[in-house]
Amino acid sequence: MSVSDFQPVIGLEVHAQLLTRSKIFCGCSTEFGAAPNAHTCAVCLGMPGVLPVLNEKVVEFAVRTGLALGCKINPVSIWARKNYFYPDLPKGYQISQYDQPLCEHGALEIEAEDGVRRVRIRRIHLEEDAGKNVHDAGGGESLVDLNRSGVPLVEIVSDPDIRSSAEAGEYLKALRDILVYLGVNDGNLEEGSFRCDANVSVMPKGSSQLGQRVELKNINSFRFVQKAIDYEIGRQVEVIESGGKIAQETRLFDAVRGETRSMRSKEEAHDYRYFPEPDLPPLRMPEGYVERIARELPELPRAKLQRFTASYGLPAYDVKILVGDRELADLFEKTQAAYGGPAKKLSNWFSGELLRMLKEESTGIRALRFSPAQFAALLKLVDGGELSNNAAKDVFAEMFRTGRDPKDIAGQKGLVQVQDTGAVEAAVDAVLAANAGEVEKYRAGKKQVFGFLVGQVMRAMKGKGNPALVNAALKAKLGD
Amino acid sequence: MELTELSMLELGKKLGSGELSSVEAVRASLERVDRFDGRVKAFLRVDREGALAQAEASDRRRKEGRRSGPLDGVPVGLKDLFLTEGLPTTAGSRILESFVAPYDATVVKLLKTAGTPILGKLNMDEFAMGSSTENSAFFPTRNPWNLETSPGGSSGGSAAAVAARMVFGALGTDTGGSIRQPAALTGTVGLKPTYGRVSRFGVVAFASSLDQVGPMTRTVADCAALLQAIAVPDPRDSTSTPVKAPDYLAELEAGVKGLKLGLPREYFELPGMNAEVRTAVEGATRALEKLGAQLVPVSLPHTKYALATYYLVAPAEASSNLARYDGVRYGLRAAGGQNLLSMYGRTRDQGFGLEVKRRIMLGTYALSAGYYDAYYLKAQKVRTLIKRDFEEAFRSVDAVLSPTSPTAAFRIGEKVSDPLAMYLNDVFTLPCNLAGLPGLNVPCGFTAAGLPIGLQVLGKAWDEARVLRIARAFEREHDLHRRVPPLGKA
Repeated sequence: MSVSDFQPVIGLEVHAQLLTRSKIFCGCSTEFGAAPNAHTCAVCLGMPGVLPVLNEKVVEFAVRTGLALGCKINPVSIWARKNYFYPDLPKGYQISQYDQPLCEHGALEIEAEDGVRRVRIRRIHLEEDAGKNVHDAGGGESLVDLNRSGVPLVEIVSDPDIRSSAEAGEYLKALRDILVYLGVNDGNLEEGSFRCDANVSVMPKGSSQLGQRVELKNINSFRFVQKAIDYEIGRQVEVIESGGKIAQETRLFDAVRGETRSMRSKEEAHDYRYFPEPDLPPLRMPEGYVERIARELPELPRAKLQRFTASYGLPAYDVKILVGDRELADLFEKTQAAYGGPAKKLSNWFSGELLRMLKEESTGIRALRFSPAQFAALLKLVDGGELSNNAAKDVFAEMFRTGRDPKDIAGQKGLVQVQDTGAVEAAVDAVLAANAGEVEKYRAGKKQVFGFLVGQVMRAMKGKGNPALVNAALKAKLGD
Repeated sequence: MELTELSMLELGKKLGSGELSSVEAVRASLERVDRFDGRVKAFLRVDREGALAQAEASDRRRKEGRRSGPLDGVPVGLKDLFLTEGLPTTAGSRILESFVAPYDATVVKLLKTAGTPILGKLNMDEFAMGSSTENSAFFPTRNPWNLETSPGGSSGGSAAAVAARMVFGALGTDTGGSIRQPAALTGTVGLKPTYGRVSRFGVVAFASSLDQVGPMTRTVADCAALLQAIAVPDPRDSTSTPVKAPDYLAELEAGVKGLKLGLPREYFELPGMNAEVRTAVEGATRALEKLGAQLVPVSLPHTKYALATYYLVAPAEASSNLARYDGVRYGLRAAGGQNLLSMYGRTRDQGFGLEVKRRIMLGTYALSAGYYDAYYLKAQKVRTLIKRDFEEAFRSVDAVLSPTSPTAAFRIGEKVSDPLAMYLNDVFTLPCNLAGLPGLNVPCGFTAAGLPIGLQVLGKAWDEARVLRIARAFEREHDLHRRVPPLGKA
């Protein structure tokens, strides 16, 4: 037997930071990158006597997340204390939710190799983040930074419905896209605002008896998720093939070595001694609250993808790029509404010039200086023959930087093409008169000369001649 | 009459009229502290300069016609469980011996708003775990009525300071009787309000679902006035009620005519209740009957499970609440730890006393995997039954009367080696915490040996006004609250 004879079974636990401005149980800022312990107060430092007060925005964001993932929102959920000792956990317990979480029984559809796979979401609960221990501060001491202490998190737990590391990657990307779409998370793995643990087991193909699962921690990039899971699948298969048994344990992924190693065994597992948090009343959904949030839910990536494909007739590749970013998609729709021309033409501008300029100028869509109407006007100038494609690119760049009207820019730069047939004919006449020798050669059958003559006309018109008109006039005069 | 024998409201009146100044009141109190606290040992820390500065400010307010209320200028003390900005707050523990509070508890802020100079921090059982103040990491407090005996606990320092006239009133906390039992043993008035009536923000937590802050005074009217000052909705405590408190003095003198007062069979049948206590409490109930109340026998059948229930719920919550004392951020950090785990272990071993360790272990065990259902969850269910007992009783009565403590003050050292005997001190007071109800102690007599005896009045949730009114009706009939402990000349 080999790896291909085994069926991996994977469940993922994602911790996503909710994008509130203040922490979950106190008024401290959640801003990333501040000096250590700058964003702390008596509450998130776990001083004696402090009590938590729930930030209501956190609940709104979590309910939004639950609804987007098709979950049932429990009308009453319970806060619980998860007890363990660690220097980055100032109270000695984390306020979380345990046997009565806020959301349950949802699902997320992803593209798998064999079609669409529905991954069930077991639960989503709210909790506070811990701080951070800093071990390489020098002096042989470890330091603690509690800026993250009390930052709001949702933990999104899937059922073990994922069957390969590639699917795990798809699931995470889809989940991240949704959270970013909802405006509840920034999708940033590097800053730790989107983190993932994986539960991995393998069983012989055809079996329905699940294998012993192993928990993988410390996976902080999409690339690592797949690497870690693949490594772990290989390791488990090897253990089984050599007659061994998979131990129930938690393993840490070492990104440098690309391997997992044991962190703690079942015997060393924490007993978190969960019990209901007496400092907070049960979390109750007010009448009509969930319904209101449901009404305000934005269109989600998958639905948008289907709609873009159907109503704009765009190729899959284009749609994926446009829908990949909610703001990009919104801008596309507004611009297309103002433009009214072929959607594919606009889509090319989006995936070409727009994305290039956004990257070059490292700016965001929200900060754009021009309006969808101006963007549409630019395309219409091209369609009407007033701007060449190349000139339009120059105009776009200027419009991007200044927000001025494309027509003004084209006029000022002298890029508007001459549409006047008389002017074109006059130029053609002049060129033919000045190049009698070349005309002779053309008429003698040397057709390549035509290109040279077009070039001469364009030069005479300082590049503003409409190429179509120039071609037509030349051909007519040459008697073709 | 000496200045220090005035009640809070009496002194407040004289301060208002200008007959006395707050500085004089603080000086008189400090003088009694100097004379007697060497023997009583109620204070962990006396804040002379702070109290005098607050007194001067109070006197200025009066001169400028801006008195903040009836208690402005009246010196008080605080159990050392309330965070008081700039002052050490030890919770009676070595682990917080060096801890200086970085902020004011909500009730401390409220007292500062009310204008009461804070004379200092008062002794207590470590983390409020105990019934004799012998579990203080620093020293036991003695009962002013007999220095060989205990003032009770855990708010023993507060009770002793009030009884010895070293302060006019004090704040305590009550998790299983820690205000009422010491009030009973020192002949003072002490009220545990309904759970959620007073903010817990800034109060070192023992058992969060049971802890409640309350006033300790010499008279019932003072108790009502001090409660009024601290019973204010606090958005920083999610378990505190957003409903504004009523005027506790408005109907204080309305008497008990027509009220139905329940006598719970199970409380009076307790074996081990002292005969003198029984006689005094029965005398008090008859006195109330004479005043027009109707005595009604009631049953609280789950009373016998209260002690067991309490000793699962309270230690479980405490084991979690006390996890933050780990030597990392503040308080004691033991030297010599070789690694993180040994630093934790040494710090908590050296920082916590025996009773605190016992309860952390009890609580940790009760919450452990495999035991949670049998212990913690079961206890929560019984707690619901105890609550229902009261709801049932309160269908037919307006309040319930009982002894506060089964005995008068016991000798220091008598029960330290027998935790169960110590726990039994609280059998009458625990159920009220488990049910979240208001309970009050009012003095109702003395033993032949001259030790105070207390009557407990238990009320419906949020019904402090009626509890106070019943206590006041009884108090008006005697002069027990005017008796001063015989502390001699120092």
